[in-house]
Amino acid sequence: MSTSSETPAAVRGTRLSLVNASLGRPGAPALDSVDLDVAPGEILTVVGPSGCGKSTLLRTLAGLLPALAGTVAQDGSPLAGPAADRALVFQEDSLLPWRTLRANVELPLAIAGTARSERRRQAESWLARVGLAGRERQLPHRVSGGQRQRVQLARALAGAPRAVLMDEPFGALDAQTRAGMQDLLVEVLHGSGATVVFVTHDVDEALFLGDRVALLGAARPDGPDGAAGSGRLLAVREVPRPRERSASDDPARLALRREVLTSLGS
Amino acid sequence: MTRHLVRAASLAAALTAWQLLTSLDVDLWLRFSQFPTVADVARAFGDRLGGDDYWTDLTDSLTRILTGFVLAAVLGVATGLTVARSRLAEDLLGPLLEVVRPIPAIALVPVAILLFPSNEQGIVFITCTAAYFPVLVSTRHAVRALTPVWEEAVRTMGGGRWRVLGSVVLPGALPGIFGGLSVGIGVSWICVISAEMISGQYGVGYRTWQDYTVVDYPGVFVGMVTIGVLGWLTSTAVERAGRWLTRWLPRTEYVATAHLRVPGARGRVLGPRARKAAAAAVPAGTTTPAHPEGVRDEHLV
Ligand SMILES: Nc1ncnc2c1ncn2[C@@H]1O[C@H](COP(=O)(O)OP(=O)(O)OP(=O)(O)O)[C@@H](O)[C@H]1O
Ligand SMILES: [Mg+2]
Repeated sequence: MSTSSETPAAVRGTRLSLVNASLGRPGAPALDSVDLDVAPGEILTVVGPSGCGKSTLLRTLAGLLPALAGTVAQDGSPLAGPAADRALVFQEDSLLPWRTLRANVELPLAIAGTARSERRRQAESWLARVGLAGRERQLPHRVSGGQRQRVQLARALAGAPRAVLMDEPFGALDAQTRAGMQDLLVEVLHGSGATVVFVTHDVDEALFLGDRVALLGAARPDGPDGAAGSGRLLAVREVPRPRERSASDDPARLALRREVLTSLGS
Repeated sequence: MTRHLVRAASLAAALTAWQLLTSLDVDLWLRFSQFPTVADVARAFGDRLGGDDYWTDLTDSLTRILTGFVLAAVLGVATGLTVARSRLAEDLLGPLLEVVRPIPAIALVPVAILLFPSNEQGIVFITCTAAYFPVLVSTRHAVRALTPVWEEAVRTMGGGRWRVLGSVVLPGALPGIFGGLSVGIGVSWICVISAEMISGQYGVGYRTWQDYTVVDYPGVFVGMVTIGVLGWLTSTAVERAGRWLTRWLPRTEYVATAHLRVPGARGRVLGPRARKAAAAAVPAGTTTPAHPEGVRDEHLV
């Protein structure tokens, strides 16, 4: 991919770090004592069983949920709430139903103060890149679930964020479209040096995209205060030869794949 | 088309029944012998339409209701939004609003007389109060029922309080707000007419009551028909505006097509194939969108 020459790498990335952080809602902690550091320009994939706190982690990094304890910081300074340079692709449908697809993608640009004609042009080009050219003027409920997910991706990328937090963005896509979106992601985000935290249920996707993969575990059977549902960060592993489709049968990759599957299965 | 026929036929049947009952002087338990006939009323109507007073009354009533209703809409939406979005506003205004709300607006006539220098302002005040509460309550509910992820999405794009208000809260609450406005325009009519009967100078309500006191019964019915038609026109206008502003709402097409019939399949609700044929038979330019894919869904905000 040649786009890296257009945008200087590592300029736009940002460091996200959690130090001994406890995450969740007050009275309902979801993740305990998380220590995690995502380097600028890195792609970190996150896997874990349903309900273990993956979405909670992303919402915290986005600044929507304050940490219950510990610190969550961006480039060393504690988060003070949501900001445009950390985009979140929600697990649920978050498009505004009264706006057309194009108007939805234009929204971050409008908030940033981009001129109308310019943001229209950019929104249309982003929609085209996620395969939705010609659909700009339709309302979200007129397109399929997978198409809505791709609009969410386009909307996140349109704001040119320094970090993109994605919560199972390709869950509703067929294998081929999914691979296309993965390539787009690598080209656009990795190429521009943005930091990515990517939650997925698909182990192969996690091992293809991630520089590292974080394994989250479900509840400890007997929490100290009986806090059922309190998950944990089990491990963070380097992925051998990330983003090489041909590396899927690399022995080191296969070993890691087995480890991830075991941790998910238990 | 057939639906319009059904509607017209229902109106015509009611009028025929009225004409028959009154012209035959039916006096069962209900006494129709004192009642003016449809013909009497129509004649009185014709006379009134020729005179100036009728139109003065009409414009006076319309001015009062529109002023009161627009004020109520603006104030109701504004307080509804504030109360739903701010705990402080809720604590400050909530108890006051809850105590005032159960008072029927028409019971505020003494208050209006004491407060306002002119009758005119008093009537507008009463009309406005009547419509204010339905608008306020439905706005508050609609805002509280918003999907939280819409707001979260805008906040993660760097949107602040006002952006969230303008891009999420207001458009998202519009369907509910229009529910309140529809109720509000109805109670506004009740109150404007009642207030005019009590203390108005000119106005359809005032005229109707005057006609009653001088035993001009056809005139009373002219007044009532006028109120009915004006009420129907204004609520249709509110309804139309609401449908247009919330045209992004996904609507069940099932309901819309259930009535669709083709001449060949007389009286039978159509199966999917026949329905498709019927849709194809609908001439261009009617309300049914022929190509849903090609429809442009322009955004509103
Ligand atoms: N709004 C909420 N209020 C209280 N608790 C919540 C809320 N949302 C989620 N939780 C709890 O927090 C825990 C973690 O939820 P989270 O959504 O982060 O899981 P997840 O890993 O994203 O699951 P999935 O893979 O199914 O999306 C769960 O036990 C869930 O019950
Ligand atoms: Mg989740």
